[in-house]
Amino acid sequence: MKQADIVIIGGGPAGLAAAVSAYDAGNRNILIIERDEQLGGILNQCIHNGFGLHTFKEELTGPEYAARFIKQVEEREIPCVLGSMVLDISPEKVITYTSSTEGLVQVQAKAVILAMGCRERPRGALNIPGYRPAGIFSAGTAQRLVNIEGYMPGREVVILGSGDIGLIMARRMTLEGAKVKVVAELMPYSGGLKRNIVQCLDDFGIPLKLRHTVVNIHGKERLTGVTLAEVDSHGKPIPGTEEEYSCDTLLLSCGLIPENELSRNAGVEMAPVTNGPSVNESLETNLEGVFACGNVLHVHDLVDYVSQEAAIAGRNAVAFVNGQLKHHGAGIPVSVSGGVRYTVPRTIDPENMDDTLTVRFRVGAVYQNAYIDVYFDDKRVSHIKRPVLAPGEMEKVVLRKSDLLGQNIQNIKVEVTQG
Amino acid sequence: MKTEIRELTCINCPLGCTVTVELHDGEPVKVTGNTCVRGEIYAKKEVTHPTRVVTSTIRVKGGAHPVVAVKTRTDVPKETIFRCMEAINALTVEAPVSIGDVLMEDICGTGVELVATQNCPKT
Repeated sequence: MKQADIVIIGGGPAGLAAAVSAYDAGNRNILIIERDEQLGGILNQCIHNGFGLHTFKEELTGPEYAARFIKQVEEREIPCVLGSMVLDISPEKVITYTSSTEGLVQVQAKAVILAMGCRERPRGALNIPGYRPAGIFSAGTAQRLVNIEGYMPGREVVILGSGDIGLIMARRMTLEGAKVKVVAELMPYSGGLKRNIVQCLDDFGIPLKLRHTVVNIHGKERLTGVTLAEVDSHGKPIPGTEEEYSCDTLLLSCGLIPENELSRNAGVEMAPVTNGPSVNESLETNLEGVFACGNVLHVHDLVDYVSQEAAIAGRNAVAFVNGQLKHHGAGIPVSVSGGVRYTVPRTIDPENMDDTLTVRFRVGAVYQNAYIDVYFDDKRVSHIKRPVLAPGEMEKVVLRKSDLLGQNIQNIKVEVTQG
Repeated sequence: MKTEIRELTCINCPLGCTVTVELHDGEPVKVTGNTCVRGEIYAKKEVTHPTRVVTSTIRVKGGAHPVVAVKTRTDVPKETIFRCMEAINALTVEAPVSIGDVLMEDICGTGVELVATQNCPKT
């Protein structure tokens, strides 16, 4: 059996940053396992700009951002196997993968970093009634077809869901000559970044219909049209509000789900809201020595934050291999209230914290002039006013080790309240 | 003097700051709400001569992939976006292509280069 200190599952932005960080923390026995024939993950098809302002202080496209990290991996000569699909991770950290060149391979790891990313929610998970013709794609599939394969999936487009990929594809299809008729969003707010509403929809006069959904799909061989309807406050279509749109293409941008089949099979405990592993301050799961970072942990809207998070996982994996990551019990639980849906991490052991720890979270609704509060037990320790908080934009609070160490704190609470 | 207030969403980075511009006779005089200098530059441009970076793909002959990603090196006037797309779609290049290769010196008279943002090795 092959041996490696740290095996990283996935060679996208999270896996690459974790590998570089683990190397720079001193480990020289790392293996990246990537399913695709090239490193970079989903960034390779995200050809639009806007990546890397935090990390590189300049605005890059997805492939350029990926190339910077791939170069760092290559300079360090970190081994990676491409075209290799991981089939299983055992609780004993034996990784089984298969490739057309190596066949079935097993690797015994000392530490594992889960960096498999996420998947789009497919039509089957949305319960849209109607026929099942050709012409219905997830937005990411259409993005791959246009940007990597060089095909246009259609000419007259309706988009369901206003996630960032849907917004980006509204612009991309428009630039390539398609007519994007409407973007329908079930919720009363967009799930995408504001800048994408402006530069992908407003720039091209594409209407965004909030509180609308697709209630019927028409066409037997190829999609010929969809029916949109307004929904009530419970998300139920309101009779009499139906409108027909003729189109040959329906793109779905209705959310992303962390890709955790491998994690679950290995016995990794999942967090209920994120659909990602439940992790501590070191981004370690309930399985000692198994870490998670990037979109497999929780869906991010900024790759820069994925890179930062992955670097922490990489460093902690090295600390674990070196026997420096101590486990002192369950850690302080981080609870949420008043509009905060979840936090990452979910527990904090102050002993293992860096000087500061970034706790990331999302809210469940749009808030204006709201406060982000942090409580240590019953004591409010921070109170920050924010003009706008939205579900589509990940938020953070920063905790200091010196405030937590030796204080015998039983609970940390992150709360958002209306001002 | 005619005073006008316009509210914009800055598109420079994912923060998406809401920026308010005060215009006197159509000239921006005051920008508020931005959290960095990019926001001020964006807001002043957006109310006078809006610009965008265009990203797309061009056909590659003999490459490992059928297309390679490209961008205008800097932003171009917004009204030239569709003309830039026509020029991009009319172009085919030979593999190999490397990140940063200049594929057009001056796209549509904007004075801006079209550069590759992806590597495309030969097959």
